[in-house]
Amino acid sequence: MMEPLHSMDNNQTSPSNSARSKRWNDIFYKLRTNKSAVIGGGLILFFIFVTIFGPLFTPYSPNTQDMVNKLQPPSSEHWLGTDNFGRDIFSRLIHGTGLTLIVGFSSVALGATVGVFLGIISGYYGKRTDSIIMRTMDVLLAFPGILLALAIVSVLGGSLVNVIIAVAISSIPIFARIVRSSTLSVKKLEYIDAMRALGASDRRIIFKHIFPNVTSPLIVQATLSIATAILSASGLSFLGLGAQPPTPEWGAMLSDGRNFLYNAPHVALFPGIAIVIVVLAFNILGDGLRDVFDPKTKD
Amino acid sequence: MGKPNSYENILEIKNLQTSFFTKDLELKAVDGVSFTIPKQKTLGVVGESGSGKSITSLSILRLIEEPGKIVGGEILFKGENLLKKKESEMRNIRGNEISMIFQEPMTSLNPTLTIGEQIGESFRIHQGLSKKEALKKSVEMLELVGIPSPKKRVKQYPYELSGGMRQRVMIAIALACNPNLLIADEPTTALDVTIQAQILDLIKNLQEQLGMGVLLITHDLGVVAESCDVVAVMYCGQVVEYADVKTLFKEPKHPYTIGLMKSIPPHDQDIEGDLEVIKGAVPSPAEMPTGCRFAPRCPFATELCKTKMPELQTDENGNQIRCWMHTDEWDGVKDREVTVHG
Amino acid sequence: MIQYIVRRILQTIPVLIGVSILVFSMMHLVPGDPAQIMAGESAPQEQVDNLRERLGLNDPLPVQYFTYVSNVVQGDLGNSIRSGRDVGDEIGSRFWVTVELAFYSTILAVFIGIIAGVISATKRNSFADTGIMIVALFGLSMPNFWLGLMLIQWFAIGMDLPSWIPFLENTSWFKPSGWGSFSQIVLPVITLGTGSAAIIARMTRSSMLDVIGQDYIRTARAKGVKERIVIYRHALKNALIPVVTVVGLQFGGLLGGAVLTETVFAINGMGRLVIDSISARDFPVVQGTILVTALLFVFVNLLVDIAYKFLNKRIDLD
Ligand SMILES: Nc1ncnc2c1ncn2[C@@H]1O[C@H](COP(=O)(O)OP(=O)(O)O)[C@@H](O)[C@H]1O
Ligand SMILES: [Mg+2]
Repeated sequence: MMEPLHSMDNNQTSPSNSARSKRWNDIFYKLRTNKSAVIGGGLILFFIFVTIFGPLFTPYSPNTQDMVNKLQPPSSEHWLGTDNFGRDIFSRLIHGTGLTLIVGFSSVALGATVGVFLGIISGYYGKRTDSIIMRTMDVLLAFPGILLALAIVSVLGGSLVNVIIAVAISSIPIFARIVRSSTLSVKKLEYIDAMRALGASDRRIIFKHIFPNVTSPLIVQATLSIATAILSASGLSFLGLGAQPPTPEWGAMLSDGRNFLYNAPHVALFPGIAIVIVVLAFNILGDGLRDVFDPKTKD
Repeated sequence: MGKPNSYENILEIKNLQTSFFTKDLELKAVDGVSFTIPKQKTLGVVGESGSGKSITSLSILRLIEEPGKIVGGEILFKGENLLKKKESEMRNIRGNEISMIFQEPMTSLNPTLTIGEQIGESFRIHQGLSKKEALKKSVEMLELVGIPSPKKRVKQYPYELSGGMRQRVMIAIALACNPNLLIADEPTTALDVTIQAQILDLIKNLQEQLGMGVLLITHDLGVVAESCDVVAVMYCGQVVEYADVKTLFKEPKHPYTIGLMKSIPPHDQDIEGDLEVIKGAVPSPAEMPTGCRFAPRCPFATELCKTKMPELQTDENGNQIRCWMHTDEWDGVKDREVTVHG
Repeated sequence: MIQYIVRRILQTIPVLIGVSILVFSMMHLVPGDPAQIMAGESAPQEQVDNLRERLGLNDPLPVQYFTYVSNVVQGDLGNSIRSGRDVGDEIGSRFWVTVELAFYSTILAVFIGIIAGVISATKRNSFADTGIMIVALFGLSMPNFWLGLMLIQWFAIGMDLPSWIPFLENTSWFKPSGWGSFSQIVLPVITLGTGSAAIIARMTRSSMLDVIGQDYIRTARAKGVKERIVIYRHALKNALIPVVTVVGLQFGGLLGGAVLTETVFAINGMGRLVIDSISARDFPVVQGTILVTALLFVFVNLLVDIAYKFLNKRIDLD
């Protein structure tokens, strides 16, 4: 069975490996010359760097309380001031960077994995399977915005892990939809029929021929979804349904600042700025990736 | 109308140059085009696709968009240079004194406005008519272009009309204000063969009725033979031959024109037959040959052709040709090195 | 068209069933005994048993589900555990507060988004375009609860401002909490509407650029139409058709986003009710509110799809 398949791979109708690697070289070149991709990607690398090395250099431990110095405005001692327990906000932000990235990456990784799986199954097998899966996705999409995640967290209980699960579940439908439509368009190509006629297994067709073709919309969507996921997760933490005290999660820190807007505005200000910059980085990178992968929609 | 007959030609283009500017290079889409349309006559512009016909015609109306730009030349309409006019003056000319119809009737009408609104707009802009008057005139226009039950049609949207009907609507829009010049850019290319003939007949009849000049772009020499008075053959942004229609068909001079003619199927024969076609493809604007642009595909090309661009030569009848074979230099060259293929 | 509407309505039925199953199962998916949880950790066994009986939690699940659905269809969403009141009554006027909040925010977002998008598209690559797109990117990336807090800080709590800022001595223009008067509405609406305004602006821009490149725009120019009229009469109408779908989705999204905005501004809407009920473990109220919001969203999407189909009829070439 392998031999005819192998020769098919080198056939003109099927994109050969060298064509594929040339395409990726092309994409990397375009990424390096795309302003958005470079700025967004650079910022994200910076945040990853801060996650790994930042905690080694913070002036204070994130959870050490110092009630004498609570709610201090920014100064040379506490660069971004202190919160209502006298903890150093700068140190807490640095320690919280990793949490933010992990929540964003892992919830999207989880949601995308399930979504891609469902989308491919749906698009490839069609019929009853397709309609059951897609109707289920419609049901998930019927809960607007943050509401689905909220409902899930209310059931599972408030914790960072549950927030990840909740955000992951609410990001499944968009991946399923995107992947399903890419799968449908790849499935229509003649060479897929030819492969099947030659007796290739569904699994082989899916992994070798369909999956590689859904990667570009997938990468773009994943990047943009990370931005949304970070916003949702910080929102849930802000509502007290996510990270529990004293975790230096940015949304939760922001929520601490709510009660001191008058006396100590910096407590709410800085975590918010941090969230904006990280989310911005992913959105900018997503825009750049879209320009590169899908020049048609480029403004 | 308007001014007395102080001009002989409705349109005279001299050395028009229009380029598209990309990051680091200039694509010369129209490179030194000159031609003339005598009053009430039809000029045919032919050439393969990509030769700059559409860009030339859009340049006349100054509708070239970024990153394109008209970089040189003169466009004399009724003796006045359009390139010197203000934008507001141009707007008064567009759709009023010079009108244009496009190749794609399916997409050239606005899907969210009724037919009546789209025709009426010309009357409202250029003649200041009220909505009601404009609608009445629109009905008359639809009648003129032969659309049945025009009263009903003016209230419809483009999606309710066939391609042929839409092209008639485009003609109605173009002719609404009795223009002196009509530019038709491949008006029939997208249509069925039977409808093509109807649309061309319509244009011809209306031209006689209204006494306007027509610039008819086509890549169909058959159409040219039937409906044009003078012809400009374009290749790679240049006019390579310009002649009255009789001369052109009787004794075509440029090898490209000859090639084009050989590739028209005789009317009573299937296209299947052994057509002689020009070999090769139009060079991309980024890698233009330095010499004669047709040299790489020309069976008569010599070293001279490949290295030096021929000038446009004008004969005593005003016919023009851009080819080394029709210059004095040629005789010397030919003896030494000409190699004629088949 | 009628056929499409009927088909589209029928399509919502499985979604409604799915939504009701999901909301119904919320209580049963909670780890532990729902009756115990709702009665409280320390409640005596007898009280827990009573509650279980009263809520019908002893019946088989399918029976419970059908009881639930038939109750919901009759407008009975159960009773709040906390207050004992009917959930429908608990939601009551809060429903309209949230709808109003989402509605005004959508209006603001549409207004600002479309204007900004059109300016951006028509002045493409200009200073204005770049500026608008950068602001939009920020709008898209901002947590709305943070924006709300910042707005309160700057415009509502009477903070003394630096003396070099003209006209204003302190920042108590608007009210930091509540809902009803103009001074209470402004800040929450800006808070909730900003993200959507950004999305609509980006969408309008790209849709507008797409339309401006169409053949019929060239036709309009060739007719001698003024550029301003080309944009507003010929291009905008076509460009807005895809934007309509986004607006509908945004309105729905804002119903969800209202949870955070209502919390920040202490507005007594459905969002805040959900949050309060989650912390009080008042599941019937949580379920009821989530169900109502989802139903509203499904309904709005239905209307939007029909509107889109209607507008798009002229564009569909088939
Ligand atoms: N928007 C544009 N940007 C860059 N090049 C263009 C653009 N429009 C046309 N051109 C170039 O101008 C040349 C002439 O095009 P056109 O006038 O449309 O040809 P024709 O109408 O004869 O088929 C083409 O080679 C094309 O590459
Ligand atoms: Mg053309």
